[in-house]
Amino acid sequence: MTRYVIVGAGEAGTRAAAALRDAGEGEVLLLSEEPVPPYERPPLSKPDDEHGFRKPVAVDLAGIELRLSTRVVAVDRAEGRLETEAGERIAYDRLLLATGARPRRLAVAGASRALVLRTLADAEAIDARVRAGARATIVGAGLIGLELACTLRRRGLEVAVVELAPRALGRAVPAELAERLVARHERQGVRFLFGTEIAAIEPAGVRLADGNLLAAEIVVAAIGVEPETALAATAGLPCANGILVDSTLRTADPSIWAAGDCAAIDHPRYGRVRFENWRMACDQGAFAGRVMRGEGGTFAALPWFWSDQWDLSLQIVGLCDPARCAVHRSLGADGLVRFELDGTGRLEAAAALGPAALIGREIRLAERLIERAVACPSDLLADPGADLRRLLRG
Amino acid sequence: MPRWIDVCALEEIEPEGTRRFDHEGRTFVIVRGPGEEVFCLDGLCTHEKVHLAGGLVIDGVIECPKHAAQFDCRTGEVLMGPACVDLRTWPARVEGGRVLVEV
Ligand SMILES: Cc1cc2nc3c(=O)[nH]c(=O)nc-3n(C[C@H](O)[C@H](O)[C@H](O)COP(=O)(O)OP(=O)(O)OC[C@H]3O[C@@H](n4cnc5c(N)ncnc54)[C@H](O)[C@@H]3O)c2cc1C
Ligand code: FES
Repeated sequence: MTRYVIVGAGEAGTRAAAALRDAGEGEVLLLSEEPVPPYERPPLSKPDDEHGFRKPVAVDLAGIELRLSTRVVAVDRAEGRLETEAGERIAYDRLLLATGARPRRLAVAGASRALVLRTLADAEAIDARVRAGARATIVGAGLIGLELACTLRRRGLEVAVVELAPRALGRAVPAELAERLVARHERQGVRFLFGTEIAAIEPAGVRLADGNLLAAEIVVAAIGVEPETALAATAGLPCANGILVDSTLRTADPSIWAAGDCAAIDHPRYGRVRFENWRMACDQGAFAGRVMRGEGGTFAALPWFWSDQWDLSLQIVGLCDPARCAVHRSLGADGLVRFELDGTGRLEAAAALGPAALIGREIRLAERLIERAVACPSDLLADPGADLRRLLRG
Repeated sequence: MPRWIDVCALEEIEPEGTRRFDHEGRTFVIVRGPGEEVFCLDGLCTHEKVHLAGGLVIDGVIECPKHAAQFDCRTGEVLMGPACVDLRTWPARVEGGRVLVEV
């Protein structure tokens, strides 16, 4: 009987485990260093009405042996064996590394005073300090920073966001959408300091490079993540901003695969690339589960992600590039879609900000238009009255 | 006691289109197939309670506009996350050009 072992029970690890279990052959062992059963990360920064920020993962784990508080510290590839922090040895026939990513730390004095947000424990640590009227400073205007700004502001805190770059959200999100989103935050009373360097995290708050102090009881560093590659690297597997895998998600070792935020994959459309989003992690995990049990195929799924802030949904399919030819479509008072075309008029990516009910559909259609390489006339894309399904029906 | 309720004329819903239908404090989504077939499902996504009437319908599947969960229009079954609870379905039919549901 084949023994499948998965390190990491996040989105990728749990989906892989379910796919392997569904094959009905072999033994599936899922190892997690975290002390709590698998949970969803998106609600950590944007709690929902039903579960708050504690939401169990949407995967049925029946028939899977799950071991919590089990940190794997070494992979002995010659012997096909893992070693845990507690000194236990665990044999595997086929191994999946789904170790995710961890928050990047600030490189300033007092950096350890800043909280981060990746795990349930991190969310609990932030939650424990929340009091109406308290002041929070978030370092980094990326997706997690902005989502947290919204959540803390809603809970009655005074919120400031400090960002070194001149604008929010970096290259992955088109500037015109980022600006609209920031304007929405500002209307809600979130303060932004762009192009602002910080010098230190002090007990009283954030010391800026210009000497000013941003007083805050809560300081959160949200300056991005780094792939968790330590285990793979010490086992001698090639890593470069992620564990390197081929287009079937297999590492240089034929018995070891990697999936999710930790994996730098060879994508038929984008080449070497590493993604950090929910659906990619799920898709890669499920795919890895299937190939590990012997199915063929190349992993070619398109990246798609969402972020929810205030009453706005941000959704992007494909990889945006500010240099590409773009067509805009306005939907209602505050919906905007940016379609990006390649030189032959085919859709490469689409990004949208607005109420989900208006923009979600357009992004779902854009995803299919990209997949099927349909040529899209600009006037149709720009016309809010034109039903893009026409293009799909050909 | 469930009974057949008149929702609208079939032609008010385009092929592969949707319509929100609110009735006695509950909300439903009526989905029309590519032809004259109609389906009636619970109107709110089981993930975060978004109205599915804004969703895209393709090949018998409706996708939530917020996080793209997919449901089978016929059975209400979740085909893809992040939702994990199926939608309830209700009898629906077309009679004399009118859409009728039993909810
Ligand atoms: C606060 C927050 C909000 C987000 N919101 C969104 C969103 O709205 N939309 C979106 O598309 N994406 C969102 N994401 C991103 C998405 O959640 C991630 O891309 C996804 O969780 C990645 O899944 P993964 O399985 O690759 O890694 P992870 O979920 O990070 O899981 C990896 C697991 O492996 C464990 N592990 C690591 N090393 C070891 C070891 N040596 N031994 C044992 N266990 C180990 C880790 O502790 C962790 O539990 C969000 C992320 C965060 C943090
Ligand atoms: S609200 Fe429908 S998928 Fe999240």
